[in-house]
Amino acid sequence: MAIELTINGQAVSLDVDPNMPLLWAIRDLAGLTGTKFGCGKALCGACNVHLDGQVMRSCVIPVSAAVGRKVTTIEGLTADGNHPVQVAWRELNVAQCGYCQSGQIMSAVALLERNPKPTDDDIDAAMSGNICRCGTYTRIRQAIHKVAEGQS
Amino acid sequence: MSELRHISRREFLKRTGQAGGGLVLALTFTPGCGRAGPGPAGINAASVAPNVYVNVRSDGIVEIICHRSEMGQGIRTCLPQIIADEMDADWDRIELLQALGDAKYGDQNTDGSTSIRNQFDLLRNAGATAREMLIAAAAAEWGVPAEECSAREHAVHHEGSGKSADFGELVDAAAKLEAPTEAPFKSREDYRYIGKSMDTIDGFAFTTGQAIYGIDTVLPDMLYASIERCPASGGTVVSFDDAKARAVPGVVDVIKLPDPTSPLLFNLLGGVAVLASNTWAAQVGREALQVEWDLGANGKHESATYREALVKSATSAGKPVLTRGDTAAAFKAAKSLHEAVYYAPYLSQAPMEPPAAIARITEDGGCEAWACTQNPQAAQDTVATTLGIDKEMVKVHVTLLGGGFGRKSKPDFIAEAAWLAKQTGRPVKVTWTREDDIRHGYFHSVSAQYLKAGLDADGNTTSLLHRSCFPSIMSTFDPGATGPGGFELDLGLIDNPYDIANLQIETADAKAHLRIGWLRSVCNVFHAFALCGFVDELAHVAGEDPRDHLLKMLGKPRQVDPADDGANYTNYGLPLENHPIDIARIAAVVEKVADMAKWGRALPDGHGLGIAVHRSFLSIVGSVAEVSVDKSGKLVVHDIWTVVDAGTVINPDRVTSQMEGAAIFGMSIALHGEITAKDGAVVQGNYDSYPVVRMSEAPDAIHVHIMESTAPPGGVGEPGVPPVAPAIVNAYFAATGKRVRELPLRKAGLT
Repeated sequence: MAIELTINGQAVSLDVDPNMPLLWAIRDLAGLTGTKFGCGKALCGACNVHLDGQVMRSCVIPVSAAVGRKVTTIEGLTADGNHPVQVAWRELNVAQCGYCQSGQIMSAVALLERNPKPTDDDIDAAMSGNICRCGTYTRIRQAIHKVAEGQS
Repeated sequence: MSELRHISRREFLKRTGQAGGGLVLALTFTPGCGRAGPGPAGINAASVAPNVYVNVRSDGIVEIICHRSEMGQGIRTCLPQIIADEMDADWDRIELLQALGDAKYGDQNTDGSTSIRNQFDLLRNAGATAREMLIAAAAAEWGVPAEECSAREHAVHHEGSGKSADFGELVDAAAKLEAPTEAPFKSREDYRYIGKSMDTIDGFAFTTGQAIYGIDTVLPDMLYASIERCPASGGTVVSFDDAKARAVPGVVDVIKLPDPTSPLLFNLLGGVAVLASNTWAAQVGREALQVEWDLGANGKHESATYREALVKSATSAGKPVLTRGDTAAAFKAAKSLHEAVYYAPYLSQAPMEPPAAIARITEDGGCEAWACTQNPQAAQDTVATTLGIDKEMVKVHVTLLGGGFGRKSKPDFIAEAAWLAKQTGRPVKVTWTREDDIRHGYFHSVSAQYLKAGLDADGNTTSLLHRSCFPSIMSTFDPGATGPGGFELDLGLIDNPYDIANLQIETADAKAHLRIGWLRSVCNVFHAFALCGFVDELAHVAGEDPRDHLLKMLGKPRQVDPADDGANYTNYGLPLENHPIDIARIAAVVEKVADMAKWGRALPDGHGLGIAVHRSFLSIVGSVAEVSVDKSGKLVVHDIWTVVDAGTVINPDRVTSQMEGAAIFGMSIALHGEITAKDGAVVQGNYDSYPVVRMSEAPDAIHVHIMESTAPPGGVGEPGVPPVAPAIVNAYFAATGKRVRELPLRKAGLT
């Protein structure tokens, strides 16, 4: 059946089983591959997107739950790729393989929107749902602090 | 990701320097000029390729071809740093293309931390010969001796006349020349990029969702596949019922794969594939399959009983592989003896991107694949074998890898995509689920080790027996392999650096029951865990400070050659003359990392410092961990200090990031990593049952220092891992007085 979604500000109509996880609708049907598959069970955060500005794990949310809400993926975070979080990520060369970083960035953006001056503990609490197997955690912490300082 | 522009047979191709490494000079022509066939050499040349790694375009862009796989180690940044430096090309006027799998590039197998340590000279030569070709072209154009010309800032200059020409302006002239096969390298003091922390070349793509991995490639008319594989390694399908699977909307077909044959190699693992119009439908359809399996020869594999067998072997007489002095006699003469058994479990690489590949059959009966592979030439071989076609008919595009850690050296998942594409006549993408990845991988080997030391009255270790028992990686290639052998002994076992008069190193048999493969730093993981832990034990037996004792055990400055004690040691494939086991360098790393951690300082209650050092992949890494244990027994890793001597380094920031990542990877091994088997099947399945370190467990800081060195480069991707787990275990002992000889610490209730 046709599901009407708003992804990155654009209306999208997908002929899709309403039970399909949002992740696969985004990747396989909408063709946006920046959102990653890592575990399929809400364990790793690679699939994180924003639903009305809230971080959600798209691998376990049925696509039907996104109807009428604004879906934002990494591709839609900014038009030019220069969100302060993205910039800080690049300035600190956070990424190693890069695969988890879409989800990390989506989590960090949401954290900073609700808490512009997070402590290390705040960061640990907000970011521990995002696994990075390359082990970039200490740089992610630094990058989030860097953004927070830039907002002061 | 750009596809490398291929030079067709129609285009002018001139082979030079057959004996000098087979570098190829090739000209590509502007569209319209080259299509009808080659024009006279040098006319309207759009670009000139001095060798397979460099292509200079007439618009001045230098294309650099990266033939190694990027999996987070930073090779796509470091490789062009080397070539552009030797060329004197401007960093903002290079374009990086990713090579296909092709033997013309030489070794593309991106593992063993080899890209820089084995190919630094190859890459310097690629840049240097390109530079010399452009200089020769300018000299010919200007009618001046080449010796009077030099390259600087993307141009060739003639000092006498003041003439200069941008690289792009020299393409036509260069096209008339043969490329040299060898050229002098720049002096170290003239480096522009080598040794500099250049920003990650893929940084923008990584942060905007534009980076393309194996899982991301899309082809028209593509089918998505999910494969149910036998729970036990090497088992086969007896029968299956696919009626419910076929009823799932979106499911297009269900196909049984050929049964696996021994040895398993990188070949198809069998099972039943569900093919659908999207990934989710394939996964749902697969869950609806009903399959009856013959578990085969490994169907009774069970970790607890297997462990007993490993420990029994490790504590029984073994096969000597290195003998120095007379250990048995020394044990009799010793004032005291100390012995221990160390045990470490199977591990899974569990890269964030699970194995994923897409393949299509081409009109000529060949195969074209896109995959996150560490080894595209092995992918060509395996796909060719799977399809019964020539290797030359297999084109493998290398995407970015969402982590590799050794898993993606094995192209079994690419063979699956290729075989299914052949069966269906449509492009097929195979995406492994996380459970597939953790249950059906190539596992880091489970191991038991026995260590026994004899000490004299002063607490000096006069004799050591180290016996290692684990199922061998070779079992994946040779089912008759009965235990450790070959290169595995080189990985932290027979390259023992300690100054012990009587040293006996032995191995013991162990039959494999899962596919065994390599994981970041391979056998060094468990060998360093046991040896660095045991050396720390000996410090406490002797009543000495662990750092001082470690330096004492290393002994006087010297170079160690295991061959002196009868061992067959290959030193990671490179000569000991260039990459010695240099005790002075190892000791310097120990002293530096201890100083950084302020070793010996007063610590808060419940805190402890632990130290370990290990040489692997021709680099030396020392680590200190500070841990604490609270009243509930919970262990926290507060800080990790790491010092690396990797010889000459290309990009200090990427070396630092590898050490940071290795600290986290090593922490995951120390705290959490454990794969077990029951009834032949792997018990764990996802990041809940196979946890890895998360942000909340990450240390407050990972402090990295790179030793200044002009020595030839060593490896970087792997050597940071081995000392981490023993440093943590040793710190735990310092904090609590309790010795842990089994990983992971989670099993001791510490996390």
